[in-house]
Amino acid sequence: MTINQSGWKPTSPEANEASVPATFTGNRALMLEEKLIFEIGDSETTGVDFAEGDVAGSRLGDLSRKDPIGLPGLSEPETVRHYTRLSRQNYAIDLGLFPLGSCTMKHNPRLNEKMARLPGFSDVHPLAPVDTVQGALEVIHQLAHWLVTLTGMTSVAMSPKAGAHGELCGILAIKAALEKRGEGHRKVILVPESAHGTNPATAAFAGFSVEDIPATADGRVDTDALKARLGPDVAGVMITNPNTCGLFERDLKDISDAVHAAGGYVYCDGANFNAIVGRVRPGDLGVDAMHINLHKTFSTPHGGGGPGSGPVVFSEALTPFAPLPFVEKTGEGFRLVEEENADDHHADSFGRMVAFHGQMGMFTRALTYILSHGADGLRQVAEDAVLNANYVLRSLENTLDAPFAKSGPCMHEAIFSDEGLAEGFSTIDVAKALIDEGFHPMTMYFPLVVHGAMLVEPTETESKAALDQFIGALASVAERAKAGDPSLKTAPHFAPRARLDETLAARKPVLVWKDKAA
Amino acid sequence: MSRYFTEDHEWIDVDGDVGTVGISDYAQGALGDIVFVDVPEEGRELSKGDEAAVVESVKAASDVYAPVSGTVVEGNAQLADEPALVNSDPEGEGWFFKITLSDASELDALMDEAAYAAFVAKL
Repeated sequence: MTINQSGWKPTSPEANEASVPATFTGNRALMLEEKLIFEIGDSETTGVDFAEGDVAGSRLGDLSRKDPIGLPGLSEPETVRHYTRLSRQNYAIDLGLFPLGSCTMKHNPRLNEKMARLPGFSDVHPLAPVDTVQGALEVIHQLAHWLVTLTGMTSVAMSPKAGAHGELCGILAIKAALEKRGEGHRKVILVPESAHGTNPATAAFAGFSVEDIPATADGRVDTDALKARLGPDVAGVMITNPNTCGLFERDLKDISDAVHAAGGYVYCDGANFNAIVGRVRPGDLGVDAMHINLHKTFSTPHGGGGPGSGPVVFSEALTPFAPLPFVEKTGEGFRLVEEENADDHHADSFGRMVAFHGQMGMFTRALTYILSHGADGLRQVAEDAVLNANYVLRSLENTLDAPFAKSGPCMHEAIFSDEGLAEGFSTIDVAKALIDEGFHPMTMYFPLVVHGAMLVEPTETESKAALDQFIGALASVAERAKAGDPSLKTAPHFAPRARLDETLAARKPVLVWKDKAA
Repeated sequence: MSRYFTEDHEWIDVDGDVGTVGISDYAQGALGDIVFVDVPEEGRELSKGDEAAVVESVKAASDVYAPVSGTVVEGNAQLADEPALVNSDPEGEGWFFKITLSDASELDALMDEAAYAAFVAKL
């Protein structure tokens, strides 16, 4: 069997000594103990009073509902308070530094929100006649132009809804291109061992088999091992640049040339594009397809109140296979190219990823971000993100083990391991104690190639003062973990919940609320 | 009856031409609390090295490989309800499946208990 060597161990609840008196409500001042919404409003109550209807009898006959619907009845203030209270127990980028590595938790500028709320963008319907939504189509077209320009690619599919959806889009285009060449027998996708878990999942979902490529000791892809594996059965590689160890893959052009010479394609995971936007064009490195997480590099909200957006840029070789629809500029305005017909010839397109054109709200925000920053601003985004990560790395490399510190400067994220913590202490204890310090923890135990990995991505958002406070907190917690401070094992002490029983939650998950009285 | 181990941390007890397969105590310790086990169905043909079963701990999902070639005669149905048996008794009640050996000479490439202990000590 294969063993996860990341050093991750599940947590079990340990006695969290209560040194403060209990309260009648369970609340602790402004820290409110919130029940489930089903426990606040039972299904017998209702938040609204309607007058008795003047229609006699029901016309539903046998179709009328026989059992109670089982939804909680709450008044408007009860509902508002419930969700507002829950939101106060959450951590968000609007509250403080959010160092979750690989996620690029940057500030979401309010100008983006203002633009996305303009009625002409927020109120459009995907089935509205094209001549009534010309402005919205122009936004999509302009954003597509800038994404293609910034990446140095040929075309872009705007419709994929998220990073992993974009990966699938790119891999399906590679599959279509291989089949067109009569080389559908190429069934192997090579993936470096530090890849995001979504990469092998995407390749497998698209019908390919996945083979790992090892990393070198300095944290980069082993180029020789990769080249040695190329052959007539290899469809392509999926590679992340900068990679998940926070390092730039300097050999990517060399790798791309070798993959192309062997008849394969290069998919680049663009999750970490924030570190190189405005400075490096993936198209110049021989990339054939790359997704762009608009919620990372281009500051749209994570979550975003609906589907996300993960446009995929394509090289000239893959452009004919890109999915429909896309926006095209005509003499008079803009139109949606929807399907293969007499006017539009896209016989090689692999089809559709989604029903409509993509996530308008995210497009508007991302274009606002690009236009408000400009070319020089976007370049500075990448520079400041890298500078901040290096400041974190160099400030902590003497406190925590930094396995790739000697590999040179890092890119957008700094990585540390649990080497040197006291016996019995691991990354989870550091992360839990950071919650007490008022920070969302960093990414833990990923990438798997680093034991007890702590992946810190400060992004360009943070000031030096904010970074210094975070560095001070992490250094303080790390020193306690190195000294074997037992209070770390019961951290967090000041959160609404301490250590949850993750094993019980996985073995006996309770997924549906059931009335205990019933 | 004799017990053999693979470098991928499976063990196999051989009694006549039937082997009982599970994962080692070292493996369950490395995985942590196991929450789900998927064992092969009776009658499934396996070649040595095939993915035979899946084991999930709270964080990691891992494949369990067939240590020898043969036909599955029984999967441990108890693991569906009590995956924790793999943690509490990995080399006993926490067995995964039983398999008829199609080529007993494949056992020669496996480690005995002492060799496996030495192998694990170096990890």
